[in-house]
Amino acid sequence: MRPFQYTRAPSLAEASNMTAGKDTLAIAGGTNLLDLMKLQVETPDQLADINRLGFAEIEDTDNGGLRLGALATNTETAVHPRVRSDYPVLSRAILAGATQQLRNKATNGGNLCQRTRCFYFTNIDQPCNKREPGSGCGAIDGIAKLHAILGTSDQCIATYPGDMAVALSALGATVHISGDKGERSVPVRDFHCLPGDTPWIENVLEPGEIITGIVLPAPVGGTQIYRKVRERSSYAFALVSVAAIIELTDGKFSRADLAFGGLAHKPWHDPRVGECLLGQPPSDALFDKAADILLENARGFGENDFKIPLTRRTLHAVLSQATEDAA
Amino acid sequence: MTVHFKQDEPVNSNRLDGMKQGVLGKPLPRIEGLAKVTGTASYAAEFPVENCAEGVLVTATITRGEVTSIDRESVLSMPGVIAVIDDEKLCTRAAQGTANEAPMQGPSQVCYWGQPIALVVAETFEQARDAAKHLAVEYRKEEGAPLDPSEVEPEEQEDETVHQGDLAHAMADAAHSVDVTYTTKGHASAAMEPHAAIAQWDGDKLTVHASLQMLNYNITELADALDMKEENIRLISRFVGGGFGSKLGISEEVVAAALAAKEVGRPVRVVQSRQQVFQTVMRRSETTQRLRLAADSDGKLIGFGHEALVSNLPGETFAEPVLQSSHFMYGGENRELMLNVARIHRMTAGSVRAPGEAVGMPALEGAMDVLAAKAGIDPVELRLRNIPEKDPEDGLPFSSHKLAECLKQGAEAFGWDKDQRKPRQRREGEWWIGTGMASAARVHNISEAKARVTLKTDGTALVETDMTDIGTGTYTILAQIAGEMLGLDPKRVLVELGDTRHPRGPGSGGSWGAASIGSAVYVACKAIREELATRIGTSEDKLELSEGKTATGESLTDLLEGKDLAREGHYEPGDIEDDYTASGFGAFFAEVRVNHYTGETRVERMLGAFGFGRVLNAKTARSQCIGGITWSIGVALTEALEFDPRDGHLVNCDLAEYHVPVHRDVPDLDVVLVEERDGAASPIQAKGIGELGMCGGAAAIANAIYNACGARLYDYPMTPDRVLAVMPD
Repeated sequence: MRPFQYTRAPSLAEASNMTAGKDTLAIAGGTNLLDLMKLQVETPDQLADINRLGFAEIEDTDNGGLRLGALATNTETAVHPRVRSDYPVLSRAILAGATQQLRNKATNGGNLCQRTRCFYFTNIDQPCNKREPGSGCGAIDGIAKLHAILGTSDQCIATYPGDMAVALSALGATVHISGDKGERSVPVRDFHCLPGDTPWIENVLEPGEIITGIVLPAPVGGTQIYRKVRERSSYAFALVSVAAIIELTDGKFSRADLAFGGLAHKPWHDPRVGECLLGQPPSDALFDKAADILLENARGFGENDFKIPLTRRTLHAVLSQATEDAA
Repeated sequence: MTVHFKQDEPVNSNRLDGMKQGVLGKPLPRIEGLAKVTGTASYAAEFPVENCAEGVLVTATITRGEVTSIDRESVLSMPGVIAVIDDEKLCTRAAQGTANEAPMQGPSQVCYWGQPIALVVAETFEQARDAAKHLAVEYRKEEGAPLDPSEVEPEEQEDETVHQGDLAHAMADAAHSVDVTYTTKGHASAAMEPHAAIAQWDGDKLTVHASLQMLNYNITELADALDMKEENIRLISRFVGGGFGSKLGISEEVVAAALAAKEVGRPVRVVQSRQQVFQTVMRRSETTQRLRLAADSDGKLIGFGHEALVSNLPGETFAEPVLQSSHFMYGGENRELMLNVARIHRMTAGSVRAPGEAVGMPALEGAMDVLAAKAGIDPVELRLRNIPEKDPEDGLPFSSHKLAECLKQGAEAFGWDKDQRKPRQRREGEWWIGTGMASAARVHNISEAKARVTLKTDGTALVETDMTDIGTGTYTILAQIAGEMLGLDPKRVLVELGDTRHPRGPGSGGSWGAASIGSAVYVACKAIREELATRIGTSEDKLELSEGKTATGESLTDLLEGKDLAREGHYEPGDIEDDYTASGFGAFFAEVRVNHYTGETRVERMLGAFGFGRVLNAKTARSQCIGGITWSIGVALTEALEFDPRDGHLVNCDLAEYHVPVHRDVPDLDVVLVEERDGAASPIQAKGIGELGMCGGAAAIANAIYNACGARLYDYPMTPDRVLAVMPD
């Protein structure tokens, strides 16, 4: 760990000012950032502690939705009565991630900003275009079992590791952001970026911008499932995960909001996958068609080729379960 | 006064069963348990040492070559930095278990990525860590270091080779034959406590607090590394937060701390980071194993072949002893066994949790299941039919053999269903459910050991030895043995371990600790009993002691006449080792569910039945078995070291990415202790436990996967991708 300045940000405006410079990072729960600092993957000169700035509440919105404070912890969010009853996919996704101890400390805003667990990213003696632009990608041709099959580039095949954001993507949540130019909101589906030629840019936050909350739309009901496939049954990142909100009307899909984790540099949401299900009765052939659309441009890198059939099968499992539950 | 007992003959007198205190074998909680869970037990790095500087190892970022320059000035101006140590005495590898000599030294020669090459010392840990990352090092790289075991010409371990009869012919003649190749990936010990040492000099006397398993060897290794006399060294290791083989020999931080403390003239602490522990200490070698089994129409083996390929660095003598129990596990007069080592430039391979059987037995027991299915014989029955009368290679009798009892009692307790052998018979929703079983075996090891027992005038006893307790219960069982022999409540027995000022124990490793040091304590106590018997005019075998008194009511305190009575017990295995084949045996039974869609496997329940001689403490014995079974779940399903194919570095080097089983992976585990007395194994008739619990268990899970869903896998761990690759539609 390099020496760094620690400052408790006195206000949101001051936190924005401080983090506008590239040498200052905001810290909330710190469950990911501190680990990366010890490894010198992150080497900020200053940390701006935003933990005392408020926005830790979970509140109803006027239109019946729910606003999750960016500084509410993952645990508080997962156990919140309205999250459990109206957005169970979110509660399940959060509880599928990390460990109880980490979730007690980790915040909602921080969770969105967590960084990839690519082995080459976290080892500063290995090449990584994300950590050190231009140094190359160690994972391509390296150990890449956990890596992406969708939206990759020749610069980076890392995955976004989180679970919570996958559920938020299925729910169509919105990220609320505050910065020196004022406030703005971004659909969570547009919050994270694909690596392209700039793998070090992982989300749309501009310097000085800080997440203040996440707004969930009014509840839509339906059967909500979060399925996380992993080698170890807890404390492991997803090989693939699926967040699904499914509703059947008269035996046909009337809602199919689907998002996927473990497949890409961002929670993967392809609207065509759900659309192809709408108005159709469930069938294996239909599920296959949805998987065909989802995986149309999937590409494996040897070690992670298995993710392509695994994703297809997991989608089958989730849709089968959802339609059985809904029937 | 030292009493020497060299065991040349079995001890079948069952003396411990005749004692009156009645504490041996009782499920007493661990003496040091409360201190550990309340945080008052000090581990190596936690000793308060004044004016202690902090050292952090600098590791190589090339695979093979030479360090041509280290620019000390690049870090000496950094805040708090005191020194850069690149002494040629620095160790570049950990010592192998029982090496008894310094491990490889000379940090300028690099043999694997991540090898320690220097130590940076600073006022604080953070400063040292930062400086270690900034130290400017130049290398001369040697390209082309082999990294893939399959790409080099291996070296045959001739001691392991067996050619007996004609296996090829037996395979051709067999009614049923199996010829399969299994693979296992590398494993890490993954002890909770990282490797750490604090070194302190007082003139030419060196004291080191370290986390080590075998001080009796470690002191010699350290003395050799530093070119010192052993009498000038004191090693202390009272509590060890898990070793699992990784702390058998001294590793790099011990020597580095000692050299640094000398150079900077003050105490130095060196704690390896989690990543360094993974990358610089020990890996279990990956293995490739070909199994050939030839059976007659009754399923009786007529041929047995087991050939294995493992790897290690050049210069290492250790070769994962995959075939260890295969030599005697099952009959079959036509035999081919061979162990080959590939020399590659991954980190050192060494002892990790039950070296040998931990990976050899899962392959053998997987192949036995394939044979059972082919021959249409129940897998339990197949094993019962193949238990040899005597060692099938050297003809020695077994010291004891509880495999049949373990198979029968285990099957009974588990509810083994012979009629459920056809795969894909049970499905609940997405999940296939099935059961499988496997035999367990782990060779019995025993070692020379010394312990001093003092019966004190205050009516307590003191046991002293440099033996360690690595979390297994050594403190407790020694108090029980001494308490039983001397007629004392174990609460009145103080056990002092982990200090080289005490008599030399056997160290903790190879599951030999309890039987070896327990026998030394037994020998010492027996000598004390003889003295006491003399004092009251009787013979030792007639002496009855309990609750601090003789049968006639005289108190031990009175018999001591105001003077402590001390005896040093020196136990040494003798010719008996050449007269018997000694092993622990057991059986595993597992029920698993396999997800049809995702290939995820979850263990529903698991049971192990084990015979390992006398049970010294039913609770710690059971805990050892549960721990072993847990590790076997890791071998079966989750644990795999991954090495970069281009530079050989260990990629998944922390506990988030190296998947040891977590609570949710470990279901209801049941243990059946099949108690026996094995007088040829040790004077206290005990054998090793800890490792036996994981030797074969992975195969019970693998075989249950097959029974559940019909997917027959030959590669451990059986991760979802691998299960799906062979999952029938």
